[in-house]
Amino acid sequence: MIDFTEEQIQRYSRHILLQDVGVEGQEKIMNARVLVVGAGGIGAPVSLYLAAAGIGRIGIIDADVVDLSNLQRQVIHFTKDVGVPKVKSAEEKIKAINPDVKVDTYQEFLDSSNALDIIKEYDFVVDGTDNFPVKFLINDACVMVGKPFSHGGILRFNGQTFTHLPGTACYRCMFKEPPPAGAVPTCSQAGVLGAIAGMIGTIQAAETLKYFTGVGELLTNKLLTFDAKTMQFRTVAVKHRDTCAICGSHPTIDHLIDYEQAACDLKQHRK
Amino acid sequence: MANIYVNGEAQEVNLPLSLSELIRLNKVVQPDMVSVQLNEEFVDRNDWKNIQLKDGDNVDFLYFMGGGSK
Repeated sequence: MIDFTEEQIQRYSRHILLQDVGVEGQEKIMNARVLVVGAGGIGAPVSLYLAAAGIGRIGIIDADVVDLSNLQRQVIHFTKDVGVPKVKSAEEKIKAINPDVKVDTYQEFLDSSNALDIIKEYDFVVDGTDNFPVKFLINDACVMVGKPFSHGGILRFNGQTFTHLPGTACYRCMFKEPPPAGAVPTCSQAGVLGAIAGMIGTIQAAETLKYFTGVGELLTNKLLTFDAKTMQFRTVAVKHRDTCAICGSHPTIDHLIDYEQAACDLKQHRK
Repeated sequence: MANIYVNGEAQEVNLPLSLSELIRLNKVVQPDMVSVQLNEEFVDRNDWKNIQLKDGDNVDFLYFMGGGSK
């Protein structure tokens, strides 16, 4: 049992007031360890809300430095941060919002060589990445080590998200393998309305907090999609697929795969 | 005439109609990139042409969305 300080009771009073959260729920939040993959459009709002909520330990992984073109949506980075590693910029804001939060920074990209070692240090993973190879990597690594995660994707005016717990539908149940490089445009090619990254990120942050507090129903076996042009939200029921290559009854994937990025993406990626 | 629910919305179609034909009718951009569910079960793309739709079937088109960081 955590002994809350006067300051913590005041800081988290709006959580504690919630019947479904209370002191017990807040304590669970404060004991939680979350890995946020990507400190960009989605990772920014996720990290800000999780820090404000008092998540005990937040790991952030991203190899990039802040670019001027990021500031239109990556709200954790400020104009003064252009040129600064994203993980350092994010750490600074998280600490400023909530000094109680411990922050681990990884200035690298998640790949098959580091994914399992990093992920195993956390209780929940949030996918805030911009590319399919890493989305599949997060999925496969989390399924392999039995970690829950939240998936998020955005494109132009659309967003999609779901939550995976061991045994529920995974990304590969829905999409068997990454699209051929370049077949689906990324945000850096097609553009995205900045606030949509915030919409998906805040839904993912809410799912993370629901997971730790046990409140309500998660987006498991459901894919939430929305079109911000009409503000129509739709939840599609999806089922765990028994023939899934990673989580089915006879998995054919037994190691992590580094899929190739499209050449144009790669150049953007290393910018 | 039959009603098929595509992404939750009713569409009047003439039977017989295969899943492949429905995808064509809906002008799905890049059909290779879409994941299709029939009555909440994923359908392998190799089977699309062999599956005949029935009145009241629910079909969902799920699209890849990358985006996020960068």
